[in-house]
Amino acid sequence: MTSVTQEAPSTDDAPPPMPADSWRTRLRDPGSWAEWAAPVGFVVMVLIFQALNTTFLSLGNVEAMLAASAILIVLAVGQTFAVSTGGIDLSVASNMTFSAIIFGTVFGSGAPVGFAFLGALVAGTAFGLLQGVLIGRGKITDFIVTLGGFSVASGLALVVSDGQPTTVIDRFVLEFATGSVWIIGYPVIVAFLVAAVAHVLLFHTKFGTHVLAAGGSEEAATATGISVARVKTAVHTISGVCAGIAGAMLVARIGAAEPAANTQFLLNCVAAVVLGGVALVGGRATIIGPLFGALLLTGLTNGLTLVGVSQYYQPVAVGCVVVAAAFLSRYQK
Amino acid sequence: MTQQTQTPGTSASGADDVLVRVSNLSLSFGNVRALRDVDVTLRRGEITAIVGDNGAGKSTLVRCISGVHTADEGTIEIDGEKVAFKTPEEARKAGIETVHQNLALVEDLTVWQNLFLNREITRGFGPLRVLDRGRMKRAAEEMVSSLSVNVPAVTSKVRRLSGGQRQAVSICRAAGFSDGLVIMDEPTAALGVQETARVEELIQRLRADGHAVLLISHNFDQVMRLSDQVWVMRAGRCVAGRRTAATTGEEIVALITGAQAA
Repeated sequence: MTSVTQEAPSTDDAPPPMPADSWRTRLRDPGSWAEWAAPVGFVVMVLIFQALNTTFLSLGNVEAMLAASAILIVLAVGQTFAVSTGGIDLSVASNMTFSAIIFGTVFGSGAPVGFAFLGALVAGTAFGLLQGVLIGRGKITDFIVTLGGFSVASGLALVVSDGQPTTVIDRFVLEFATGSVWIIGYPVIVAFLVAAVAHVLLFHTKFGTHVLAAGGSEEAATATGISVARVKTAVHTISGVCAGIAGAMLVARIGAAEPAANTQFLLNCVAAVVLGGVALVGGRATIIGPLFGALLLTGLTNGLTLVGVSQYYQPVAVGCVVVAAAFLSRYQK
Repeated sequence: MTQQTQTPGTSASGADDVLVRVSNLSLSFGNVRALRDVDVTLRRGEITAIVGDNGAGKSTLVRCISGVHTADEGTIEIDGEKVAFKTPEEARKAGIETVHQNLALVEDLTVWQNLFLNREITRGFGPLRVLDRGRMKRAAEEMVSSLSVNVPAVTSKVRRLSGGQRQAVSICRAAGFSDGLVIMDEPTAALGVQETARVEELIQRLRADGHAVLLISHNFDQVMRLSDQVWVMRAGRCVAGRRTAATTGEEIVALITGAQAA
């Protein structure tokens, strides 16, 4: 008896057939501008600096920029996982410092450099895992846990090192820090490898889907049997792993383990993630975006120096770029 | 056009088709007796409706069946076997799927990702397992087309779908993975007339496929239109059961309010 109404093809509630996301519709949607902010901003920045100073794109300078961005890329990848679940990891930079100090301590005790690297990795991972357990199982807001972790890790770095830097002189470490394939230094290769593994993890595994689901809708994830607590524990552990790797890379880069604060790394890695179009509310992320975000921020600092802008202006520029990216992301749907 | 399946008595197999039998189920939350000696049965190939006022215990009963709550007393049998679910996961493994009122969809994931959420198909060995995206997409296409669900493409994000389409995806997911019971809590509460009609069609198709469907609805017209069996709850008790074809909307209302005793 209701067949008439049921079969009548309704024109109002049936949405038009979905057009495959053509570049035209993407171009008109400010949301996709936010998603592509980092790559587009990157290209624009390169063009501007190259016009102002032709040494910007010289091989030597590109090599230097890549080398300078390697650590930031690794940290940004870790941060991306935390942000994907709608959280944040404010402790990454101090955890990196802490891991670097462990590297220096193990190395200083006369152990081979491999053990020192392992020490850094274990320290970073353990610290991340601890924070993850407090956030996931303990149900304490990640903002508070990692803010506390930020302080604890910086403090531990000072305690363990007694406030003193440890010089790390080792042939292998030196080789790693200075060697390169063409203009791509070994640390850059490591950073790209970390990003590639992270990409596979996020988009080609069950775990990655669960991370995005937990970030997109905790309710839906729970209803389908996903343990959000476990996902949160895992993402903060991953962030810790990245901090550990970054710690070892930092030691290689400066040739010493210093208990310095490294706060600019925290700001810059959150900035790279925001620039990369990762939604701060969670559920939407890429790895390539933050990677470009990190390259863009490093290029910005480098370019400003090249064109002779006082370095005091650089944090101002970084801050403005980040807020602008966040503004664009308001239009994300 | 679906009248033949609704006629009582034509289901000659009768008790053999009982999929879920709830007996003497009781549950208290502190001093509140949410369920008192509830007996209901749900049959395969039938839509069973549970009606009652707010607070009558409908949701609590459903949550016992779907493993969210564990009853204090009484038993739940599935295919004649006693079960005692401690988690929704256990109920899901026993073939009981729930379409939640909030649909439990992740807007930023695609239709196929939602259909396979936490049931992802992977390939590879041990810890090196990666998603078999192609296979999941194809399987999702099949799930969607087998129920003639009007969804644009399984690769579109749920964010882009209308309310009715989302409901359809959620039902499709439940139906695709349930080999027994699909529970629906107010499936059309937020939908317009056209979309409601479509979702009702979909629910009827589930019945035709042999699923048992448990429907919670405040919409009496819908209950009378869709269901084969109605259980009426009042103050934590199941006060009456009626074959839909043998009752009227007025009688159901009277039973709900207590104006008529069972």
